[in-house]
Order: sequence, then C-alpha cells, then structure tokens
Amino acid sequence: MSNEAVIHSPVEIGAHEEHGEHHHHHETFITKYVFSQDHKMIAKQFLITGMFWAVLGGLMSVLFRLQLGYPDASFPWLETILGKWAKGGHITPEAYYALVTTHGTVLVFFVLTAGLSGTFANFLIPLQVGARDMASPFMNMLSYWFFFAASVVMLSSIFVETGPFSGGWTAYPPLSALGDASPGSKTGMDLWIVSMALFVVSSLLGGLNYIATILNMRTKGMSMTRLPLTIWALFFTAVLGVLSFPVLFSGFILLIFDRNFGTSFYLSDIFVNGVGALPNEGGSAILYQHLFWFLGHPEVYIILLPAMGMVSEILSVNSRKPIFGYMAMIGSLFAIAVLAFLVWAHHMFVTGLNPLLGSVFVLLTLLIAVPSAIKVFNWLTTLWRGNIRFTPAMMFAIGFVSLFISGGLTGIWLGNSALDIHLHDTYFVIAHFHIVMGVASMFGMFAGIYHWFPKMYGRYLNNTVGYIHFWVTIAGAYMIFWPMHYEGLAGMPRRYYDYSIWESFKQFAELNRFISTVAMIVFAAQLLFLFNFFYSIFKGRKMTSLNPWQSNTLEWTTPLRPGHGNWPGEIPEVHRWAYDYGKDGVDFIPQTTPVGADESHH
Amino acid sequence: MSTATTVTPTKMWSGGKSPFNVEYGKLMMWYFLMSDAFTFGAFLISYGTIRFSTNGWPDPNEVFRSFPFAPEGVHAPLVFVSVMTFILIISSVTMVLAVHAGHNMDKKGVVRNLILTIIGGILFLSCQAWEWNHLHAEGAWWGHNPFLNHDGTASSTNFTNYFFTITGFHGFHVFSGVIINIIMLIMTLTDKFEKRGHYLMIEKAGLYWHFVDLVWVFVFTCFYLI
Repeated sequence: MSNEAVIHSPVEIGAHEEHGEHHHHHETFITKYVFSQDHKMIAKQFLITGMFWAVLGGLMSVLFRLQLGYPDASFPWLETILGKWAKGGHITPEAYYALVTTHGTVLVFFVLTAGLSGTFANFLIPLQVGARDMASPFMNMLSYWFFFAASVVMLSSIFVETGPFSGGWTAYPPLSALGDASPGSKTGMDLWIVSMALFVVSSLLGGLNYIATILNMRTKGMSMTRLPLTIWALFFTAVLGVLSFPVLFSGFILLIFDRNFGTSFYLSDIFVNGVGALPNEGGSAILYQHLFWFLGHPEVYIILLPAMGMVSEILSVNSRKPIFGYMAMIGSLFAIAVLAFLVWAHHMFVTGLNPLLGSVFVLLTLLIAVPSAIKVFNWLTTLWRGNIRFTPAMMFAIGFVSLFISGGLTGIWLGNSALDIHLHDTYFVIAHFHIVMGVASMFGMFAGIYHWFPKMYGRYLNNTVGYIHFWVTIAGAYMIFWPMHYEGLAGMPRRYYDYSIWESFKQFAELNRFISTVAMIVFAAQLLFLFNFFYSIFKGRKMTSLNPWQSNTLEWTTPLRPGHGNWPGEIPEVHRWAYDYGKDGVDFIPQTTPVGADESHH
Repeated sequence: MSTATTVTPTKMWSGGKSPFNVEYGKLMMWYFLMSDAFTFGAFLISYGTIRFSTNGWPDPNEVFRSFPFAPEGVHAPLVFVSVMTFILIISSVTMVLAVHAGHNMDKKGVVRNLILTIIGGILFLSCQAWEWNHLHAEGAWWGHNPFLNHDGTASSTNFTNYFFTITGFHGFHVFSGVIINIIMLIMTLTDKFEKRGHYLMIEKAGLYWHFVDLVWVFVFTCFYLI
C-alpha cells in the first residue's frame, strides 16, 4: 500500500472534514474550555497561563529590585506577604537569590517560550497555512497539559519550607547538585528539575506538531515560499526546540544522578562547609555548562524568532507595503537557526576554555550579526516610504526593531572573548540580554496580542490604553536597562545582594534606586495591559469587519468566531504570496485572490 | 514508494499534499528520532569528554568476561554481550519482516513477526538484567567501581556511573519499544489495521525499533569495544 493512498484515505481526511462541515458534535464545558483539542483554545490556554507567570515573574523582579534600590529601608508589608523570607521587612539573602533564580527560569521558559511560541504557533500555524487544526490535536492538548503540570510543580517549589531553587536559572553544579550547598538546593531544586523535565516533554510534543503541520498540512497552493514569515519563523523555532531541548534533558538526567545516586558526573574535589570533603571525584562542572548552553543558546532564538516573524508580518501589513526581501528574510532565519547551534561556548569564555577554541566561537558568534543586520535593514526598508498606520500592534513592532538594534549592538561587544574577560557576569550582560531577548520578545508578543486579539475574541483591545502601555513600557525599558550598561562597564557584578557595602559600587546607589523606581512603574503599566486584555474579552469594541487590518493572510478569511475546523466550507485555495500590498495600485490582495491576466509579476 | 507518481518536485511543495509523500505521524516520528539522537549524542559525548580527561580506564575485556552459569574464574571477554547484540539485530530483522507483511496486508505474517520481535526485545532486556545483576554482585553500581585501570591503578567511578546510566537509558528505550510492539500486536489481533486498510502504525513502530537498535551499536562500541 502506497503512502499516497494512506494520505488521501477517506478515513484520515474524513475526520477533519467533519469538523468544518457541520459543527454539531457535542461539546461540554470540559471538552471546550479545559481538555480542548482546538488549536485556538489551546493557544488561549498557553497565553493566559503565560500571562499568569509573567505577572508572578515580574512581581519577583519588583521585589528584588526593592532590595537593590533600597538596601537599607525596611518594608513591614514584605514580612506580611513573605513571612520568614523577609524578617523585619528586609528580604533575606536566601530569598533574594530564590527570587532572582525563579524570575529567570519563569520568564525564559514559561513566559517567553511556552507563553510566546506556545500561543502563537498554536494560534497562527493552522490559520495561516490553511489547515483545520494541528496535525495531531491530541498531542497538542497533551503539550499544554504537560506545560500546566510543569507550572504546578514550579509553583509548588515556591512554597516548600527550604524555599525554591536559588542557584541561578542556569542551575550550574555544584550548587544545583549538592543539597548541602544551600537551602534552595534541597527540595526546591528537586521540584525545579522535575518541572523542567515536564517542560521539555511539553516543548517536544508541541514542536513535533508544529513541524508536521507546517510541512504536511498546507492548503492547496500554499507553497513554502508563499508562507507568511510568521510561519517560517515558527518553523525554525520548532526545529531549534526539537534539536536542543533533548541535550538539556540529558544534562538534567546526569544532574539527577549526581543529586540522588552518588555519582560524580559534574563533581570533583569539593569541600562543603559543615559537611567536609566529599568523596566525589573525576567529574567536571564545565561539562554541565556545555550541555546547558547547547540548549541555552538556541533557546534565546527560540524566544526571539517567533517575535521576529510576527513583527515582519505586522510591519508589512501596517506599512501597506510588501515585506522587503522576503527570501532574504527566510535565508537569514535559516542562517540564525544554523548558527544558533554553533556558538554556545561564548557563554563560557572565562571557564578556562582554550583561547584558540574561543576564537572560533568568537568568529561564529560575530557571524550572527550578518543575518541579524539583514533582518534589521529589511524591516527598516519595509517601513521606508510606507503608508504607515500606527496601531498599537505597529507601535510594539517598531519598538521591537528599536530594542533589537540597541540590544544587538552590545552583543557584538560580548561576543568578543577579550572584552568578555572584563564584561562577563556584570550588569552589562544583564542589560544586553534583557533588551535584546527579554524586552524585545515581550514587545513581539505584545504586538502579536494587539494584532490578533480581534481574531481571538472577536473584539478589539482599547487603543488609548494600548498607546499608554506602549510608551510607558518602551521608555521604561530603556530607563531600566540603559544605565545598567554603565554599571557593567564599571565592573559591577550581577547577582550580588547588596552593593552599598562595596567601595567601588557605592556610587551607583542613586542609579539603582532610579532603576528600581522605573521597574515598579513599568510593572504597573503591565497591569494596565492585563486590565485592557480581560476587560476587552467581554466588553471590548466589537469587530465590524472580518478583516480589520486589511490583511492578506488566510486567518482573516475565517468567520468572526471560527469553530473547531476554522472554515465552515472548503478550505480556501491560495494563489499568491502573503505580501501583495499596494500592488498595481490596489491596496491589498488577499492570498485567496487568483492572479489576474494583466497583473504584473513580483 | 514504488508507486510514486510523476509529479515534479516543485509541485510536491506547492501545498495541498505532503511534500515527502508521508503521513504526518511518520514525519513526526522521524523528527522525534532526530531529537532522541541528540539525547543519546549528548550522553555519549559527555562520556567521551570525561573519559578522555581521566588518566586511566578499566579494560572492557576484563570487566565483561562472564556469562550465565559460567564456572568460577571463566575468561570469555565480550562473548555474552555479543550474544545480546546478535539478539537485538535479529529482532530488527523480524521487525522488517513485520513491516513488509503489513505492506502486503498479510495479518498472519505481521502477528508472527511482531511476536518474534517482542521475544527478541524481552530476551535482550533479560540479558541486560543478568549483566547488571552480575556486575552489581561484583560490587559495581552508581558511585561504586571495583574494577582497576589497565595499569592496575584505582579507577574513577565514572566508568560505572556512565555505564549504568547510558545502558540503563537505552534499556528503557528497548523496554518502551517492547511495550509499543505489544500494543501494535494487540491492535493487529483486534483487526484495527485491517479496518483502516493499512498497517502504517507498524511501520512507525518499526522506525522506532530500528533506531533503538542503531543506538545500541554506538553504546556497544563506546562501552565494550573501545
């Protein structure tokens, strides 16, 4: 029996057709809102879980910024909410490290990986490639619930007696491998690692589905080079995840053995205060760093690429111009995806890495500047002489480009192994990765939410609140992270509890207070966004047109509130790429419009 | 497949059909296997890194030299593990036959060969259990290494640490494969595939099984030969 027959066998296709044709099958509250297999509902589940974590992770940063900005002040209310972790209104050092660690883990994995690509890959892939649902809706549902389980375990680690893990989000051994090393290394670390293992499973299930859907389930006429750039970006994101998370998983398994079964994969020659010399010998803590960063570096592109894809789409739609250099965009996404696997050791320049090997990693790291610059120039040339509509989504998309440039430039500094001797583990690094990966991707996510909210809920977000949200956030982001570059250049190390006792860093007391104050204001602006989001779901301005942004892509050809199956009748056929804006004097030509006889070639 | 149509490559990618002419589950299996290859790759590279940064390492010919019911002090290096490897490779052959029978819609052939594959898998796991038990009795375990280096000096516990972790992880994969094959057998016996009109699931299970066998070749080379 040939594969061809299998693919087109009536049973397989029939299952999908059923959803679209007649939407009568019984849906209870449980199957519709909880254990849903509809990609649109799963996307919303990812989004709202991600928002929950963003609030919690953001709140954590506010708390440790309080300590950094006001090291001498006492806040009795802190003791009320944190109990013994803030005795006398001062956050304890253990609590401070736990907050920093959990903030990092949660923001990187739960918000910017699951919350970002989980949401938009689920929502946009079937809608934009023209499919009824994901290749395997069941696996898709499992992917969310594994993420949910990971969330529950991570949340529970905050409430154990010895506190959550506190050795930094990278979980380097020996701190992460030895329960005796710190309070956070006990139960908190066990829960952390279980949570992360569940997260890896979730990401694998999701990633396989995204890849299979994009390759296999495109509608008729939707060739790879007619795909919107969002889909290309989400495709490379999924490939990165599928190939890099397993390596982290191996690293974690070895770590579990070191923690619980007396092995010495990462341990050698260790003396713990109060315990004495340990028998472990022959392992290498550096080995863990290699395994970790083999995921860790692709991870930053897993976070960044979906934002890049959505920004490309939103910039083009709202400039009323085709995206500049479509093929170059795909090429640079591909180059970034390949290079992502070849640069991990630039996180390890000062571990004693052979300088010759270091120079290879410098070269490969700096090479990433090439595709990144191509993308930046393409975004700017897309804007150039465009008929720009400054919707909130567009503002965030432009903000993304700004942040990506600002943060990308300092990447060139840090990618240099000689400069890194001075800059590693300082606030310069904090500033760099928060701008280029953290805030920029957050902006991509906001752009996506503002842009596709009408498709998600049939209503608009409030524009005025959106503009306030944007201006406070972008101004705040620069005010928080710009000064950190100066602190870092002055050698101020990251992860210290109190800088006021250091002669060299006393001068930054005022600056730290300024940063902390702005951080609180920016956090408050995000609450404004949350209010806007939840209010608009129920009370927002109703959509009056099916295609509010006059966009070409397929998701706007679905009904106002598409059921499970997306299109009520046949899936539309695609005749052109997604970027025919302003062609032959026509404002926009949807992908479903056949190519006319007298139409010019693009 | 042999019944491939005459479409040109450009049309293959134009949407509305699978570019590789495969159903999505098979595509997912291939990507999963790539992912799993990275897991094992990370393990084996870690092992190599630690081994080559360690001064000495035990001689596999001295460590793996016994077999069940062997007389005391027998010296039969790698004999038992060769039998294990042979069993696993034969089970791959029977899996191929099961997949082939599935292509021909030959239910009997599928059932017969799946049972043989399952037996092969269980035999391999039993052999591994015996070997682990034997090594454990000699004092080897995670964190304990009774064996000496080539030159007679005390050896790092990382020899046993990696041996048990990686062969254990591989054994877990074989175990999962046996479970998958048992499920396939039950589905075949209850005519699930006859009703569907194809035995594609067997093919996907086969991909996984061959992958697990292939991984064993690398694990075997790394721990027993070099």
